[in-house]
Amino acid sequence: MLCSRIRTTAIAGLSAAAFGLMADVAVAAWEVNLQPPVSPIGRDILELHNLIMLICLIIFLVVFSVMFYSLYAHRKSKGHEASQFSHSTKAEVVWTIIPFLILVGMAIPSTATLIKMEDTSKADLTVKITGYQWKWQYEYPEHGVSFYSNLSTPRAQIEGIEPKGENYLLEVDNPLVIPTNKKVRFLLTANDVIHAWWIPQFGTKKDAIPGYINEMWTLVEKPGTYRGQCAELCGKDHGFMPIVVEAKAPEEFEAWLETEKQRQAKQTADLNRDWSKDELLAHGEKVYVNCVACHGAAGKGLPEAFPAIAGSPVATGPIAEHVSLVMNGKSGTAMQAFKNQLSDLDIAAVVTYQRNALGNSTGDVVQPSQVNSIR
Amino acid sequence: MATAEAAHHDEHHGHPTGILRWITTTNHKDIGTLYLCFSLTMFLVGGLMALVIRAELFQPGLQVVDPHFFNQMTTMHALVMIFGAVMPGFVGFANWMIPMMIGAPDMALPRLNNWSFWILPFAFTMLLASLFTAGGGPASGWTLYAPLSIQGGMSVDMTIFAIHMMGVSSILGAINVIVTIFNMRAPGMALMKLPLFVWTWLITAFLLIAVMPVLAGAVTMLLTDRHFDTAFFNPAGGGDPVMFQHIFWFFGHPEVYILILPAFGIISEIIPTFSRKPLFGYTTMVLATAGIAFLSFIVWAHHMFTVGMPLAGELFFMYSTMLIAVPTGVKVFNWVSTMWRGSLTFETPMLFALAVVFLFTIGGFSGLMLAITPADFQYHDTYFVVAHFHYVLFSGSVMAMMGGAYYWLPKWTGHMYDERLGKIHFWTNTIFFNITFFPQHFLGLAGMPRRIPDYALQFTEFNVISSMGAFGLGLSQLIFVYVVIKCVRGGKKASDKVWDQPRGLEWTVPSPAPHHTFDTPPKIA
Repeated sequence: MLCSRIRTTAIAGLSAAAFGLMADVAVAAWEVNLQPPVSPIGRDILELHNLIMLICLIIFLVVFSVMFYSLYAHRKSKGHEASQFSHSTKAEVVWTIIPFLILVGMAIPSTATLIKMEDTSKADLTVKITGYQWKWQYEYPEHGVSFYSNLSTPRAQIEGIEPKGENYLLEVDNPLVIPTNKKVRFLLTANDVIHAWWIPQFGTKKDAIPGYINEMWTLVEKPGTYRGQCAELCGKDHGFMPIVVEAKAPEEFEAWLETEKQRQAKQTADLNRDWSKDELLAHGEKVYVNCVACHGAAGKGLPEAFPAIAGSPVATGPIAEHVSLVMNGKSGTAMQAFKNQLSDLDIAAVVTYQRNALGNSTGDVVQPSQVNSIR
Repeated sequence: MATAEAAHHDEHHGHPTGILRWITTTNHKDIGTLYLCFSLTMFLVGGLMALVIRAELFQPGLQVVDPHFFNQMTTMHALVMIFGAVMPGFVGFANWMIPMMIGAPDMALPRLNNWSFWILPFAFTMLLASLFTAGGGPASGWTLYAPLSIQGGMSVDMTIFAIHMMGVSSILGAINVIVTIFNMRAPGMALMKLPLFVWTWLITAFLLIAVMPVLAGAVTMLLTDRHFDTAFFNPAGGGDPVMFQHIFWFFGHPEVYILILPAFGIISEIIPTFSRKPLFGYTTMVLATAGIAFLSFIVWAHHMFTVGMPLAGELFFMYSTMLIAVPTGVKVFNWVSTMWRGSLTFETPMLFALAVVFLFTIGGFSGLMLAITPADFQYHDTYFVVAHFHYVLFSGSVMAMMGGAYYWLPKWTGHMYDERLGKIHFWTNTIFFNITFFPQHFLGLAGMPRRIPDYALQFTEFNVISSMGAFGLGLSQLIFVYVVIKCVRGGKKASDKVWDQPRGLEWTVPSPAPHHTFDTPPKIA
């Protein structure tokens, strides 16, 4: 009890310190209202929220002052005699019509904001967002750039072995980068189950649904790092697929886009050469991050729910079948098709890794070209 | 013999005793007791699951359970509480009270009544057993959204079958309520003289018959998607996951009112008794209940504003949802007016009724906020929603049932409950309830999604408070169990009227009420 209190205070103190140090840390402990908005829509929503909150609060106070006055003044113990009235048409008409009018008053600004939110036309940039169990893919179709964004909080922090970092569970390897003061249109879809993409400070949330393409937009006014989370239950690691967006000034954004293009060009060149077993194992270990959520860091899986890789008939059987399972997934299970998410190199490396580590030792080496021939 | 039996229904020869009495009973009071005991058991089981959830969320990091089991707990907690605790609880009240309130000897269809109860233990055995199957229980949330629910193991099929059985049970129970109210009223008991509890149940019964088959359809399509290669909802075969949500919530929203309307009925019985005044605006209360029931069919998509509906759809569902505030407001105003210039006393049932009016209104206001579509994009799937539905379901439905239990226990058992312990239960329950759920509003606004087993550090403080409240809330229910058991086993003899100035036929018969309450119909003034 005492221990937890000390820990809580420590965490509160830590977050407060962090809040003081970093200008763009927008959320702090004990926060009781929406996060400070950085987009026009976010601001509209906050105003709407505050307005409706206020109206509700006033009605609440009025109604319950009456009730509590009655509880005080009309008690039997004070000798109050019960009056026997049982209806008043006039009063009932009044308290049907007044709430109705208040509702109309609420509906007007709500409608105006909603119409603005749904207008995705005349966007400066389009980003396609695809939800996977349990990561996000970001594509810039106008620029031919795409990448995946995974949780980067170490397992040790989640399991309580290491102290938790400041952005615990709200940090990723590759954040989405967008320019400030430009209208960015998001196209949302998903590969497996329904996810929802949400950055509280933008005031945007929409479901990413397999088979659908949803649209939504934002315009971020302030450069900075903005954090959110998947907001639709999507299976085991729903709580572990954060969203991080870096908003950069337009020229910095252009520069970032250029480097990203070059990095991806180099990746393509890497696909065409032969790799040594050690290189593949080293790279495979990194790619294995994609598998950890279900199959576990040691490849042991979760009994009955998620199969182990260690000693599995797939990881010790024919190479082609192993590669094909990784590429195409297994329908009706959480084993997804990695064909489009991972390059030939990634698949070659992770398959090599799975066959030579995690308790397996087949000695097989799989090259990117081999994967390409199965693809 | 025939005349003797007609005069002494409760003294049949060879009436089974012991366990067989309960298995074969066709008596509305016995069946009501079965329902209420079942409901209380499920309430405790579901509560334990909630405590697993709150234990894991006490601190950031994964300490108690793995995320997969956490998801099973959130799913099961909801299914057990909704279908196991609240719905059967209200059917228990209906069984006990409706015949007594309308001056009938029993429910109209006693054998059906027996059957509709005895389906439930089997349904819930199957549901709970699914936790022990390969891969664990259902983990896709109680809403069973496709395609996530298509991924699940055998437990999802068991859940679907259990839902079918619960649906059959509910529909049979609802038919029985409707037939009883339409055919068994004592002479002179006109519809507009029915106690409000009976009215709310009549309307609830129609809602049940209208929407339980819709749920059955949705889960059946899910079943064929899972096993027979249909693609109603499976996008891999050209199916539509959003259609599942539309069908589910077409059931789901009326279901919400199935869970609250009988609670309104109970409150409307308790408040006049302890105000020593007739219910204010009886006619409008009936109309408001019917209005809420009607609106419940045209607001379902407010549960799914984020799926990407066209603007016109979003506007329609926003406006229709906001309208619900009008009849609901009327009810709250009428309850307050019932108290106004009454002669108030604060026995345990009244305390619960007052807390329901006060706390349910908080849930009502957060519901109104959730109706505002642009703001809902921020609230959707966050702890704000969790706080909202616990304010309407716990401090609405569940606490109304507790109040109702204290109110009618003396009539059911013939003994007064322990007033002092009842009040202690009320205060611990209500204080811990608020400690548990009020901070969740803040968590949701600050950006904590629901259904996550671990969270970012800025959410720690309120989660600590909420978890501590939850354990207090759980423990305080043990007082309730003790008070009920104590009251059943003995206590001060209750008079026929029990309370100072109660209204209604149930207070004209002895306490405990005889096995068949009215052998000859009472005269209604």
